Amino acid sequence: MTTSNYATERETTEGRVFTVTGGDWDDVVSGVDPINEGRIVVNMGPQHPSTHGVLRLVLELEGETVRDVRSVIGYLHTGIEKNLEYRNWVQGSTFVTRMDYLSPIFNETAYSLAVEKLLGITDDVTERANTIRVLMMELNRISSHLVWVATTGMELGAISIMLYGFRDREYILEIFELITGLRMNHAYVRPGGVAQDVPDEAIVKIREFLKLMPKRLKEYEDLLSGQPIWLERTKNVAVLDVTGCLALGVTGPVLRSAGLAWDLRKTMPYCGYEGYEFDVPTHADGDVWGRYLVRMAEMRESLKIVEQALDRLKPGPVMVADKKIAWPAQLAIGVDGMGNSLEHVAKIMGQSMESLIHHFKLVTEGFRVPPGQVYVGIESPRGELGVHAVSDGGTRPYRVHYREPSFVNLQALPAMAEGGLIADVIAGGASLDPVMGGCDR
Amino acid sequence: MTDSKPTSGNVPVPVTPAGATSGAPAGFPPASPAGRGMFGNQGTGDTSGFGGLVRQRQPIEDSPRPYGGYFDEVRDALEEAYPAFGEAIEHVVVDRDELTLHIRPERIAEVCQVMRDDAALRFELCSSVSGVDYLGADDRRLHVVYQLTSMTYRRRVRLEVAVTAEDPHVPSVTSVYPTADWQEREAYDMFGVVFDGHPALTRILMPDDWEGHPQRKDYPLGGVPVEYKGAEIPPPDKRRSYQ
Repeated sequence: MTTSNYATERETTEGRVFTVTGGDWDDVVSGVDPINEGRIVVNMGPQHPSTHGVLRLVLELEGETVRDVRSVIGYLHTGIEKNLEYRNWVQGSTFVTRMDYLSPIFNETAYSLAVEKLLGITDDVTERANTIRVLMMELNRISSHLVWVATTGMELGAISIMLYGFRDREYILEIFELITGLRMNHAYVRPGGVAQDVPDEAIVKIREFLKLMPKRLKEYEDLLSGQPIWLERTKNVAVLDVTGCLALGVTGPVLRSAGLAWDLRKTMPYCGYEGYEFDVPTHADGDVWGRYLVRMAEMRESLKIVEQALDRLKPGPVMVADKKIAWPAQLAIGVDGMGNSLEHVAKIMGQSMESLIHHFKLVTEGFRVPPGQVYVGIESPRGELGVHAVSDGGTRPYRVHYREPSFVNLQALPAMAEGGLIADVIAGGASLDPVMGGCDR
Repeated sequence: MTDSKPTSGNVPVPVTPAGATSGAPAGFPPASPAGRGMFGNQGTGDTSGFGGLVRQRQPIEDSPRPYGGYFDEVRDALEEAYPAFGEAIEHVVVDRDELTLHIRPERIAEVCQVMRDDAALRFELCSSVSGVDYLGADDRRLHVVYQLTSMTYRRRVRLEVAVTAEDPHVPSVTSVYPTADWQEREAYDMFGVVFDGHPALTRILMPDDWEGHPQRKDYPLGGVPVEYKGAEIPPPDKRRSYQ
């Protein structure tokens, strides 16, 4: 860039030097008169511990009352949607898992469901693959909600809950590591099924987790639910009713905390959710307290689903039978993560020329997807996670758009915070549970 | 690149598709034309002839009735509630168990209003608004796609409008669905679609002074070659690969 409004430049003996300032901040501040109007403009973020990642809020204050909130996003935009168009359909899993880094399994599943719908193989996905997907998603939902209660607790002054929440999330990440080879960014759910089967030791570990977690959840509720400061900071704070939620497109726990039991797992089931028994917790008040109760109850419901999924996990294939779509290698977990199994490498390199050709074609070229477009929505921990995928008949996605609940829900922050106190901006923003990696993509 | 003919002798030469304007800053290398070639390499080095392949796109065709499912009900309800149906709806397509209504761009806000308010339709939630660039396949290359959800009837429907890159004006639906605010800003940011009547149509993900609209098909991905184990690996959009 040759000219810039954001950094003045001057030539020195060392070369050109830019002085980076606060951007358009002077313009923003000159718009208000602090002495006569009694208003000041406060910049919160993008590097602020309680704005949940790189979110910037420009607040206009009258004393401690917030009169105007403007959210500025885009600090974590990495062009994932554009990048997808330059990789084949299977490689897409490795990109989308990095969007919302607290719920990677959901990103992968939504993407895989969209690709499967484009291919017309939705009904061919095996029962075991669907059960594993449900199992992984519900564990992921618990880990995501644990981070929510941990960070929100910290932002409202409860440090202990932060440590406990992250401790238990670590437990789930260890389970994920056992199954997928990685703690985050798994690329485990792939178009056609999942990358590899669940090992037996992971099942044992999940059973232990199911025994441990209800006690832990009770502890957290003992810590928070009766605590006067927590009650003061959450009750009747950042209220948004059902009408407001629908107008602003807010879904997930925030909508359910306002009283509408809209959960895509129940209303538009996918991955066999219609066969599981669980409730959709709601609350009537639509405040931060309600969102806390809804999320705590959802973790218990997720535990119920995980238990049912474990019980119905019957042996069987985890990938579709179509060899033109299914990854040819049986993947295996090694010391350095997930990779091709040694038996498979020995087979294609030593025994079967046809296997080698098939492997080569599928890995370098990938499968072709018939032209068309689909939209698939699933219930992520933050609300409706939608994927609009377009194919032009080639081996690469023509266009993939993510309807990110973090992105859409953040629009509701001004409606929640304007007219309230500045401290409640933090509580309201936290209760939306935005993840900026997902929001900015 | 702009004035070259489709062929010179027997060697296929890439041409820029009609209407290609990415708005990328001068000095950025042009992106490879969409829907052309097979291995991603253009010009020199291609002795296979596959670089001259052009993928044809089917024009949008109406689906025959009955569509099946709830799609017939949605269409009939809209036809009854919206007198200008015949003029405003270009195509009705049912594909992969999804209903798509192709709408004339200037009518989109009206249609959304009816879709939301009519008792037999009740699409209360606008789930998603996104852009798609059909460069080289459609003269009106920029499409905006609205995914509507009816919570009352548990239905989904997709509305789609198409505009040219030279006159990319679509009425904003923010007055009907306030949630479209940021999503329309994203479509403007990434594709350059101008939503008339939007309260503050500014960039949202890219910096305010960014040039061009990055998700257009002729906007380059960018990237630099990197060295890996002694070999130089070109950036992703310059690699030899299947398309």
